[in-house]
This record gives sequence, C-alpha cells and structure tokens, in this order.
Amino acid sequence: MARVVFPEHLLQHTGGTREIEVHATNYRGVVRAVDNQWPGIEEVLMKSAVAIDGQIYQDAWLEPIREDSEIFFMQRIEGG
Amino acid sequence: MAEAPDYRAIGTRPVRPDGVDKVTGRANFGADMNLPNMIHGKVLRSPHAHARIKSIDASRALQLPGVYAVISGADFPSGAEGEISGEGGGTVSDLAMNIMARDKALYHGHAVAAVAAKTAFLAETALELIDVEYEVLSPVLDVDVAMEPGAPLVDENQHTRGNESAGPSNIAAITKFERGDPEAGFAQADVVVAGDYRVPTAHQGYIEPHACTASLDEQGRATVWCSTQGHFDVRSMTAGVLGKSVGEIKVIPSEIGGGFGGKTVIYLEPLAVKLSELTGRPVKMVMSREEVFRATGPTSASHCKIKVGAKRDGTITAATAWLAYEAGAYPGAPVGPGCMSVFAPYDLENFRIEGFDVLVNKPKAAAYRAPGAPQSMHAMESALDELARKIGMDPIDLRLANCADEGTQAPYGPIYPPIGIRKCLEAAKVHPNYTSPKAEGTGRGIAAGFWFNIGMQSSAEVRLSEDGTVTVMEGSPDIGGSRASMCLMAAETLGVPYDIVRAHVGDTESTGFCNVTGGSRTTFATGLAVVRACEDIIAECKQRAAATWDIDADQVDWTDGEAVPKPGVNIDVEPMSLADIAGNAGRTGGPILGRASLNAQGAGAAFSVNFADVTVDRETGKVDILNFTAIQDAGTAIHPSYVEGQMQGGAVQGLGWALNEEYIYDDNGVMENAGFLDYRVPVASDMPMIDTQIIEVPNPSHPYGVRGVGETPIVAPLAVASNAVSDALGFRISDLPLSPPSVLAAIDGHDGA
Repeated sequence: MARVVFPEHLLQHTGGTREIEVHATNYRGVVRAVDNQWPGIEEVLMKSAVAIDGQIYQDAWLEPIREDSEIFFMQRIEGG
Repeated sequence: MAEAPDYRAIGTRPVRPDGVDKVTGRANFGADMNLPNMIHGKVLRSPHAHARIKSIDASRALQLPGVYAVISGADFPSGAEGEISGEGGGTVSDLAMNIMARDKALYHGHAVAAVAAKTAFLAETALELIDVEYEVLSPVLDVDVAMEPGAPLVDENQHTRGNESAGPSNIAAITKFERGDPEAGFAQADVVVAGDYRVPTAHQGYIEPHACTASLDEQGRATVWCSTQGHFDVRSMTAGVLGKSVGEIKVIPSEIGGGFGGKTVIYLEPLAVKLSELTGRPVKMVMSREEVFRATGPTSASHCKIKVGAKRDGTITAATAWLAYEAGAYPGAPVGPGCMSVFAPYDLENFRIEGFDVLVNKPKAAAYRAPGAPQSMHAMESALDELARKIGMDPIDLRLANCADEGTQAPYGPIYPPIGIRKCLEAAKVHPNYTSPKAEGTGRGIAAGFWFNIGMQSSAEVRLSEDGTVTVMEGSPDIGGSRASMCLMAAETLGVPYDIVRAHVGDTESTGFCNVTGGSRTTFATGLAVVRACEDIIAECKQRAAATWDIDADQVDWTDGEAVPKPGVNIDVEPMSLADIAGNAGRTGGPILGRASLNAQGAGAAFSVNFADVTVDRETGKVDILNFTAIQDAGTAIHPSYVEGQMQGGAVQGLGWALNEEYIYDDNGVMENAGFLDYRVPVASDMPMIDTQIIEVPNPSHPYGVRGVGETPIVAPLAVASNAVSDALGFRISDLPLSPPSVLAAIDGHDGA
C-alpha cells in the first residue's frame, strides 16, 4: 500500500485526515483513490505538485507508484 | 565515490553564440520591432493608490488628430476563466484586471485606459485628454496594517481561503506546516533566540523595460513580438484575457534584456492586440522606467518572526516561523515557497510554519529569483547567526550539526534525494576566504541558500544539415546563456565539436511547447529535451549506417560522433561520421531530424553557502563589501562560466536588495523613487569580485546530472549582509535594507540607548 500524506492546506478537504494508504499503480490512480474517499478533492489535487519517493513532480499522471511509495502533496513551485 | 565522467564538451567554456550580437547592438530586443504603418500605444495610469473609477470620458482625446483609438476596462471581456501558473497561482480574471482596471484602481500606476496614436508623443498627449472621475479611497500600504481588523479592504469581496464564512479580509490565504511538537522541543532547549525581520518591496531591476508590438491580419489572427521569459505563456495569458483561442495568437520572442521572474507575466500584450484590432494597424507599446517601477511586479515586502531553540551542542530542538508577505493588489504572494524554504537546509524534528498572503495597495507581486525564499531565509539565517553567537559556536559548525542529507525528510514533505548542502558547508569551512582571519574593524557573515528547482514542459528538435552541421530548435528564451548550454549538451551527446552546433529559439508556431525560462528549469528540462532529440538522431543515424552496411541497427555502435560496427560484428567498413550520414541522407531515406517533447520531472534542489566580510562607516552608515564568496551545488556545470555568472549575478542582486533597494511610498501610496537614480541598484564600483566555487553533486534525474542554478544565488546574500553588518557593529539590525540612513539611525539608536 502506498502512503499518501496531506499537508495542512488540504486537511479541510480530508476532514483533518493527514495520511492514508492506497492501492495504485500510477499517480493518476492515487488521485482517483483519494477522490473516491473525498469526492471533489481531485480538483484541488490537480493544482498541487506532488513528491513521489522524494522527487517532485507536476502533472505526472503516469508516474509509476510502488507498493511502498511515499506520496506527499505540496504546493506548486515555479520560480523566477 | 565514482569518478566524475570524462566529458568532451560539457564543462568547457566557449563564448555564447548570442554574445557578439548582444555587445555590438545587432541583437533585437523588445522595443526594436518596427513595422510598416505602425502606430504607438500608451497607458493612462491611476494617480491614486486606491480609488473607485466612477467614469471615463475619452471624447476629448479622440478628437485629437492622429489619435486612432482609446480603450479601457469596458473593452475587455468580463469573467475571464482559468488560472495562471506561478508561485501564488492566481486567476486569469485577476490578471486581466491587473492589466486594465475595471471598477477600482488598486495601486498608484494601475492602468485605467490606453491610447493608440500616430506617434508615441501624440499618444502621451492624448492621455492628458482622457477624463477619469475617481472616488478616492484610503489605501493600505503595509502588511502588518493590512492584517489588522478594520484595515481598509483592498477588495471588499476577498475572503481568506477556507474561511469564506468569515467577513472579508486582506488575508487571502494562510499556509501551515507542522511537524513534531514545537513546544516540547523548546522546553528541551538550552538556548532560545527569537526575532522579527522585515524585508522591503524590491524590483527585479531588469535593464530592458517591457515592450511589445502586435499586429492583426485580415483574418483577425494576431502576431505579437515581445520581450518575455516564455512566449507560449504570453500566448495563453493574452488569449485568456482577450477571450480568444491560443490558435488565434502567434508570439515571437525577441532577445531579452533581463527578466529574473518579472517577465513571466504580461502587462502590455493584450492592450496592444486590442488596439491593433480596433485600428487595423500594428501597435507598438514600450514602458518607461517609471512605468516599470509603478506598474510591474516587484517582489513581496515581508514581516517574518522566527524562534529557534537549541542544545548547547548546537542541535536544534524546535523552530517556528511566522511569515507575512505582501501580495500587492491581487492574491498570490510567494509565501508558500517562503514557508517551504525557510527550514529547507536543516533536519528538524519539531517545527511550525505559518504563512500569510496579504493584499495591499501596491502592484501585484511577480516572481523574482527564488520567489519567497530570500525573505524567509533571511530571517532564519539571521536567527541562526544569533544562535551561534549565544552558544559560542562557529556558524558553519552550527549549520553542519543540523544539516539535511540524502534521506532527510524535507520540512515541506518529501525525502531528499542526493543534495549538496553538506558539501557546500564543508567547502566553506576550508575555503581560504573563510580560514583567513578577518581584518580588524570588519564584520563577517555567513548564510545558506536553497531553491527547489523545477522541470515542467519542454520541446526540442535537432536537425542535421547536409554537411553534418547541427541545428537545435527550442522554445526557451535565452537569458543566461542557455543556447550555449544546449549546444554543449547536443555536442556531447552526438560526439561532435561544439562549433558545428547552432541553437535557435523558435516562436510559438515553429517549435514545440515550452514553459517559461524560469525556475532554473531551462538547462535541466529543455536540456533534457535536446539530449533526447539527439538520441533520436543517433538512433536514426545508426539505422542509416546499418542499412548502408547491410547489417541490423542493433549491430551498430555510436562512438565519438561516428557509426561503427559493434565489437564482434565481422564486416570490413570504415566508421561513418555524422557528416557522412548527413551527406547521404537523401539516398538513405531523406532528411534526418530528432525531436523530443517531455514534462521533465526530478529537478534536483540546489543549495548554497555564501559568506562575506564588510566594513561599516559609523559616521555615514555606509556598508562596503570587502569580499564575497559564493559556493553552490550545480549538479553538473554544463558551462562553468555561465554557472559562475549566475552565482555572481544572484549575489549582486541579493546584496543590492540587502543594502539599498526598497520602494519608498508616501502616505498616499505614491512611490517616491521610481527611477534608477533614487532606487539604487548596485553598480560595478559597489562590488568586489564575487569569488565562486561550484560544487558538483550530480542530479540522478538528468543524464548529465544537471541541477538548476539561477534561483538559489539570490537567497543567501540578504542574511550574509545582515550577519556581517551585525558582526561589524556588535549589535543586530534585523530589518533591510541596510542603507546608510537606516544603519546610521540604528547606530544612533544603539549608542543612545
């Protein structure tokens, strides 16, 4: 089961839940699984970046997820 | 440890291909475009920092011979949908209203109307004939005041995100991060330091003002020539503001005279397109320096509170950060990345971070190198300096005692892959500029810097000419020498000399989509696309050689720019060079090109350590930088001179912000120093030579180990200056800038206390 962690600004969408475990083979599957639990959160997650096993991704639907992956949603970063 | 790869092209220092044109004046920048029948556009700007627009009457201006059109907010579609990219995000609707005010002017200099006329002079004359009736409102100009209950509201419809049921507020959003138990951590501390730190509004200070020319053809399709960090984003933003499809707009980027984040957004382009649409002529618009200061994105002023607790051995037991950033007139201060950066170099068990995105009646904040990080890290790195003094520890040793490493959980969530902060600190500790004793009467300061770096979308095509020369076509405007870096990576991958590779920046219709040149992404992400496109070329060349030799492609190797049979393949042929294959391309299947489009992931974070020695004149308050050393992890330096240039340029910009740069407003919200005479950026005579040391901890997510380098260099210099000045004076000045009047007032206050 991949471990999914929500930062403070997403807790209002998860009812305060900071962490869940999901079955998914790619990032798109993670988003779907989270949205199944809290319908509507997908819209917020699509505007977030995500760190999968330490690497930061933006718009990475097809990124593979391992059974022991750690997934942190985070604010998008761009820079100057 | 594995030995560094033995590269042929990467790591060399050829002259950038655009360099000669730029120093001789041959290069074309934003204001250099001229077209037949072209007319000129100018913008009428609000004389009030906060005012309701009751009416706009352009009839007198339109009667002036040579005036072709006047536009205002009413000429633009309302309810634009969508969001724009960037740290604070933001909506296309806010972008549209920032470009042209609708019901309210929200800062002094906010555009309220625009004119197109035969000459720029006539357009300016016409501006004076537009009658605008305002209801002047009280402005709010300071982040602390804006957060107070009862403060004037910049936008009566703005509520704090997630707390919409409460009344309207200037606080657009609150960001929080927390780990462990900070209170318990402070209880374990032997020493606690706490302080307030303020950083003023500063401008990116690019030399080239915003400029564009727009022309509509008979089918209503617009072509826009402009100076920008990202022409694909100009296309989408302009389309969004005007309610057009991106297919109706073509954007051609000029050379760019600096951006530093400030040219990732748009101000003039939709106005020029609209004026061209109304007049049937090409319209050119060029900002004055004063307009650049009054109406384009500065970075956020901030108020940061930091508290750090530690054991006597330097181990940090807890830290908290309270960060309030000015967003300007619309939501979207870079306070999120400020929160995520503030503790990034360190491995902390207990911390709490709160960030506030706060509206004030100032221009909408835009990205500026490592957006948000300089402000928050100035506060933390200053607090660590205080902590080191209190426990009597070398400031580098304090940082080493708490240093993040590969495997550390970053304060913003993920586990760090290989990172270079420890190597930077270790290099600083033994650097001759640090081991040498400081001169009597001087002060020394040290600080760390950080930026995440990003990947995002890039495309590249690589084409072989019939003589084997190589053309790289990419969509990333070249600001810091990226054409040279692209050519070096292409030469390295193909195994050919750098001199036969040329890189070109294509417009929105001649190359594939690229996100902005920003976020230190171009060498990483567009470079990755170039490498992949070159690998495409190599695969095709091996195929052509195999077909010529009547063997299978998997029996061919690519070595030093030539196709050769693999070891053990028993054929008697001469190696086939890239030029040989290109010359015969017509006979073996036609022209050869490689292409790649990708969404690059895994940009490695970049850390730095900077230090400097300063003197402070106690009679005038003037700070002189005696020496400055910048050490930074670049992953792999593709072109070391341009990496060093980024480090030096960032150091100078950071020092300018630390020592002199600030927006000075009167009580009515009018900026009083909107020009380079009074807004003082550093000049060459202010600065010593910036010493650099590149650390190379390769990024495993790039074939050559590239990390971005452009953002991080601006972060540490702010605290370096604060810490060095405090060391020289024997007491701390927490707020920036450390300008002569501020320093003198602090000295007088301290001596008189």
